Amino acid sequence: MGRFKLTAGLFVVVLLASSQSFAAGGAALDHVEFDPGNKASLQRGARNFMNYCSGCHSAKYVRFKTIGKYLDLSEEQLIDNLMFNAEKTFETINTAMPADSAERWFGTPPPDMSLMARAKGADYVYSFLRGFYLDPESPTGVDNRVLAGTSMPHVLWELQGYQTAQFSSHTEGDVTSHSFDGFELAIEGTMEAEDFDEFVADTVNFLAYIAEPIRSERRKLGVWVMMFLIFFWILAVMLKKQIWKDVK
Amino acid sequence: MTDDDVDRIDRNRRHFLTVATVVTGVAGAGLASIPFLGSLRPSARAQALGAPVEVPLGSIQPGELVRVLWRGRLVFVLRRDEGMLARLPETVGELADPDSAVVDQQPDYAANETRSIKPEWLVVEGSCTHLGCAPLEDFEPRPVEGWGGGFFCPCHGSKFDLAGRVYKRVPAPTNMRVPPHRFVRDDLILIGQDTGAA
Amino acid sequence: MARVEAEVGKRPEGVWGGLIKWIDDRFPMTETLKYHATEYYASKNFNWWYVFGVLAFVVLAIQLITGIFLTMNYKPAAADAFASVEYIMRDVEWGWLIRYLHSTGASFFFIVVYLHMFRAMLYGSYKKPRELIWLIGMMIFFVLMAEGFAGYLLPWGQMSYWGAQVIISLFGAIPVIGDFLVETIRGDYSISDITLNRFFALHVIVLPLILIGLVFVHIVALHEVGSNNPDGIEIKNNKDASGRPVDGVAFHPYHTTKDLVAIIVFLMIFFAVVFFAPDMGGLFLEHANFEPANMTATPEHIAPVWYYTPYYAILRAVPDKLWGFILFALSVLLPVFLPWLDRSRVKSIRYRGWMYKTALTVFVVTFISLGWLGLQPATGTYVLMARIFSVLYFAFFLLMPYYTAIDKTKPVPERVVYHG
Repeated sequence: MGRFKLTAGLFVVVLLASSQSFAAGGAALDHVEFDPGNKASLQRGARNFMNYCSGCHSAKYVRFKTIGKYLDLSEEQLIDNLMFNAEKTFETINTAMPADSAERWFGTPPPDMSLMARAKGADYVYSFLRGFYLDPESPTGVDNRVLAGTSMPHVLWELQGYQTAQFSSHTEGDVTSHSFDGFELAIEGTMEAEDFDEFVADTVNFLAYIAEPIRSERRKLGVWVMMFLIFFWILAVMLKKQIWKDVK
Repeated sequence: MTDDDVDRIDRNRRHFLTVATVVTGVAGAGLASIPFLGSLRPSARAQALGAPVEVPLGSIQPGELVRVLWRGRLVFVLRRDEGMLARLPETVGELADPDSAVVDQQPDYAANETRSIKPEWLVVEGSCTHLGCAPLEDFEPRPVEGWGGGFFCPCHGSKFDLAGRVYKRVPAPTNMRVPPHRFVRDDLILIGQDTGAA
Repeated sequence: MARVEAEVGKRPEGVWGGLIKWIDDRFPMTETLKYHATEYYASKNFNWWYVFGVLAFVVLAIQLITGIFLTMNYKPAAADAFASVEYIMRDVEWGWLIRYLHSTGASFFFIVVYLHMFRAMLYGSYKKPRELIWLIGMMIFFVLMAEGFAGYLLPWGQMSYWGAQVIISLFGAIPVIGDFLVETIRGDYSISDITLNRFFALHVIVLPLILIGLVFVHIVALHEVGSNNPDGIEIKNNKDASGRPVDGVAFHPYHTTKDLVAIIVFLMIFFAVVFFAPDMGGLFLEHANFEPANMTATPEHIAPVWYYTPYYAILRAVPDKLWGFILFALSVLLPVFLPWLDRSRVKSIRYRGWMYKTALTVFVVTFISLGWLGLQPATGTYVLMARIFSVLYFAFFLLMPYYTAIDKTKPVPERVVYHG
């Protein structure tokens, strides 16, 4: 009997261990650490988002008030630094760009950002924002190695500059595949590469936070719940043993 | 120890453990009910929609009444002219509660002769205290009838003066409610909040 | 409570006793408690495989309660559904917790039910006289699958929409009535607001009511014949002078206190997931479902939620649409026939021969592998593996009358094996 359990168990373990984590389509993604405790980074990320993203992208499920509370920002700081269209802090982050115009200009309305980090993963967004390269055939003049054919322009061009992408192709039989080899900086931006990476990391950090603002509170509460359950469990075990004492 | 002693200790231990476990379980159930009951409270959206309402006063003429909605309720903002203010004391004898003795119907700062912060500006809920109909404006004085001007409720005939105070011998029991409000500036009222906190 | 357990069988006195008598004169309260709890005898040698029934009951209660509170804030219209879920997550006080309890509960329901069914396969709990309990249990399983399927459409995410689209169009494979059936289920020419509204009615009212009724009947049927045990011995065959099974202990307080321990351990695991990993890496809350349903863009990778994937893998393994559907339906239905496929005179795996032990081990590996394969894209070696495991899955059931009949069993003891 034990043999069978062992075999089955080992098989399951091997199976689970060998399963790949589900990365997007084909592009290998660069990794960014989610740092929810770093309030300074989140504040910078909030500023970046409002300044560079909110012109086209809403985060319509997120209230300024919520951000303010978590990032230790006062109402004045919120209004002065982050709220451009909104008047009251209980309002949500909306974009001024009308949806129908957006669809006409870009072909598809710029998606809402409230849950993007949860839908695609922080690594995806991080690699996407850093993944624009020059493409003379594209209407925006750029393409993106993470999402080929994107209609989003290179919004952060002033900071990053412009890069070109190197591809190589491999042919096996009838199948020709292209692989991405790397970027080369063609036009310099105002930021060094590391500073730009940090800029994007802050922004992605902010996006990961707004995808689930309750995250840190949920984990803190979880610790208390586990402690209660451990206490309860000890009592229940003692009670069970006591009741079963007379069973032969 | 005898068998009886062992039995007694066992029974006591059993009793203690049972009580302890049950108490812990009940406590756990009580704590577990908090999120469910808590979720019944007004949500952040309800609080946002129920937020205080700003009323700019600059374009309101003397004698003019403006209607606004706050938390789904009708609120009257009346700019009383000099004539209206002068007539206020004349009909005091006809009123059921001239001194605003029923404290629920207005905040402290509106428990005065004009039931307002500034005499000129009356802020009162447009809801008859009988059964909630919206009273109509009836500001023209009719001296023959002893009517100095005020509000008339078409549903059952209740009458209120120009400070929202209820007349005697009408169905409505109390004065019209004054909601919390404050002057943000001389030309801007905020209805729904009377402290400085946002 | 304390008085009842300390003096089981003794009639309570005083004011309390008077109240109990008043009720008992008008309602079978005490006699029901005796029949189903304090004088219901179950074997003393239950192991931890025996807790999954009560755990399933606990999860059912969790889903019902959290479901009610979600319904207070959820909007079952295509234009509002996704936003209403985010409203619950962000604006409703404690809404996030209620949502995570419900989404985690859905996955744990299937974990617990699969383990509960596996117990029956280990100890022959579906064999005579318990075939009806098993049949009702299978009905509960089917209703549960429908309930989960209907519920998954409600968040109206990308996976909700496209998963439902794929699975409902499966029924189009049925000859003659297929298309009619699909249109009737949907209520429209494609999955729409109309479908969402009716799936909401199914998920919140129809299926839960049926589920509760079936669970009630399931327990009544069980209590009629009495529980099985890890040795597969009928404890009612061996009673003492006062008519109590010698190998049995009263359900209350023995099994209630033991189950309480199991329930708390379960809650520890359950809450660990709720508070620390509610997404479970995308298995319990799929990443694609954080995007609102978009009828013009299919996600790269559509898969049903993990608990349907073993059957989905079998469906995909068959290259023909109609036969794929037939075999998929058969794979779900086959376990119904276990009481009659299993020809062994012996109930419990403890006394069965090497053939059944091997077969069951292979089945476990097969079921889990099919589940894993159902999550992968249907390419390359995965296709071959799915086909092999599908054959093994069917072989387990279809060859069972043969290998259980000739399997060399061990003698079953008179008394249950219990090591205090």
